[in-house]
Amino acid sequence: MAKITYIEFNGAEHVVNVSDGISLMEGALGNGVPGIDGDCGGNAACATCHVYIDPAWVPKTGTMTDMEADMLDLADGRQDNSRLACQIHASAALDGLVVRMPETQH
Amino acid sequence: MATQPNLTADKAMKHTVPREDFQMVWPLPPRHRPNLKDYSAASLAAYLATAPLDEVDIADPMYWETDTHWTYFKRLRDESPIHFTGLNANRHRGYWSVTRWADVMAVDTNHQVFSSDAHLGGITLFDMDQDFIMPMFIAMDQPKHDVQRRAVNPIVSGQNLADFETLIRARTQEVLDGLPRGEVFDWVDRVSIELTSRMLATLFDFPQEHRRKLTYWSDIATADPEVPGNLQKDERQGVLMGMLQEFMGLWNERVNLAEPKGDLISMLAHNPATRYMPPMEFMGNLVLLIVGGNDTTRNSITGGLKFLNDNPAEYQKLRENPALIESLVSEIIRYQTPLAHMRRTALEDTILGGQHIRKGDKVVMWYVSGNRDERAIENPDAFIIDRPRARQHMSFGFGIHRCVGNRLAELQLKILWEEIMKRFDNIEVVAEPERVPSAFVKGYKSLMVRIPA
Ligand code: HEM
Ligand code: FES
Repeated sequence: MAKITYIEFNGAEHVVNVSDGISLMEGALGNGVPGIDGDCGGNAACATCHVYIDPAWVPKTGTMTDMEADMLDLADGRQDNSRLACQIHASAALDGLVVRMPETQH
Repeated sequence: MATQPNLTADKAMKHTVPREDFQMVWPLPPRHRPNLKDYSAASLAAYLATAPLDEVDIADPMYWETDTHWTYFKRLRDESPIHFTGLNANRHRGYWSVTRWADVMAVDTNHQVFSSDAHLGGITLFDMDQDFIMPMFIAMDQPKHDVQRRAVNPIVSGQNLADFETLIRARTQEVLDGLPRGEVFDWVDRVSIELTSRMLATLFDFPQEHRRKLTYWSDIATADPEVPGNLQKDERQGVLMGMLQEFMGLWNERVNLAEPKGDLISMLAHNPATRYMPPMEFMGNLVLLIVGGNDTTRNSITGGLKFLNDNPAEYQKLRENPALIESLVSEIIRYQTPLAHMRRTALEDTILGGQHIRKGDKVVMWYVSGNRDERAIENPDAFIIDRPRARQHMSFGFGIHRCVGNRLAELQLKILWEEIMKRFDNIEVVAEPERVPSAFVKGYKSLMVRIPA
């Protein structure tokens, strides 16, 4: 279980407990966190779950697949700390993680 | 047919005929069709229910004009999810059909193996005309695809969409307020085409009074030269060259402006990645942006009204709760699947769903089937406007080519349905629609409706 803080672009915060092994995209969808759509169901294939990882946490979120990197390269507002929330899975090591949302996803 | 005698009937053949071994003849040899007493929807549906899977070429437009393809795709999903069609290979060289959600996803997300390149045939089941190749970024691979896509992406992202919203709403109101009451009229012409052509003219900053030219070019770009009444190949090329000329005029007016305007032509003209495109490539990208934004949204606008009429309980749900418009829009786009397929070409030998795909094979991702795959979507044949997770459909594709305009399309439909529900308690469909005979653009030529007086 990890306590995850999702911060919308407008600053609204949502604190959610996400069970181990569940993706941060599912964690948002399942708990009604707006701003993450998850259109492809978690296949790193739509980039509607784009988030920015709090820089201190980046190393703990693991590495990206080529597919994830390719999708992020085409996303609006790509930054060094961009990730797809569906490719990060909750675990005790991520307890307390803060993710922010970009202005738009499509 | 004389030059390639054995291609039609050879059922053992399980790979696309390589392009170097294929002699393209024009006009194409006649299609092999089943021997039926007539080709009505009822006869075709009965035929597809039991026909041997190998004896059907589902790309035949008659199955699309009659809306009878569904049974065949269900059978493929259940019995032969990665299925090779050799029938009529003397026309299309043979192709693999991918019909399950998970397999379509696997192909769409593997752009290293499955190419979109126009020079290999491009992104539709029928190869792009090799003596009239129009390069466009939907039919390119990395890295060129990525830089060109980035050049136009800003037109449909965040702030721009917010700016469009007021304009789209005002126009939608105007178009709806102009509709007759108590009189039968064609929804496709009066609403679907009217709204999408105005939008398109805005995206290009094209003179509004000539907006129906955009519709005309879009129709010509996708029209099958074989269908009686459509333009012949060379006539079609002539029309597209004329289109290029008009757009070159706009390009020249805009390319040297110190302060670039925000339209698509200016974006292409001012971005270093696209500024020096050869003319055919400019034409290709124009066709992409015109067709991409036009037929698809148009047919979703038409389809939505038809589905609500076919499902009165859903229409009633909407009347009682207009907040359902958001999921309604996604459900309309899933249910319509405005582009029935996208095609890829294998760059290397690979295994897909247990089948050996050979380098050079055509692989067709049938979104229209994936969207009805009971393995991925519950009760997929039902139109349910408050479906949980309605956004999870494949009509916009997935992976690096996923539709750039998806949010704009959704915004147009959302505003349309908001404004419809404010005005009209009911819009009745009074006759079956006339459908487009195409296995690619899945849509309607007309839909006759009446708004009660
Ligand atoms: C309901 C409406 C629409 C549908 C169903 C639709 C569907 C699609 C599909 C299936 C693809 C290819 C995805 C793939 O290969 O994985 C695509 C790509 C594309 N669409 Fe749309 N589209 C729609 C509206 C629009 C609009 C309004 C625009 C433009 C303003 C647009 C512009 C494009 C472009 C430029 C591409 C190429 C993207 C690329 O190759 O990277 N589409 N669309
Ligand atoms: S849900 Fe589609 S990329 Fe994450």
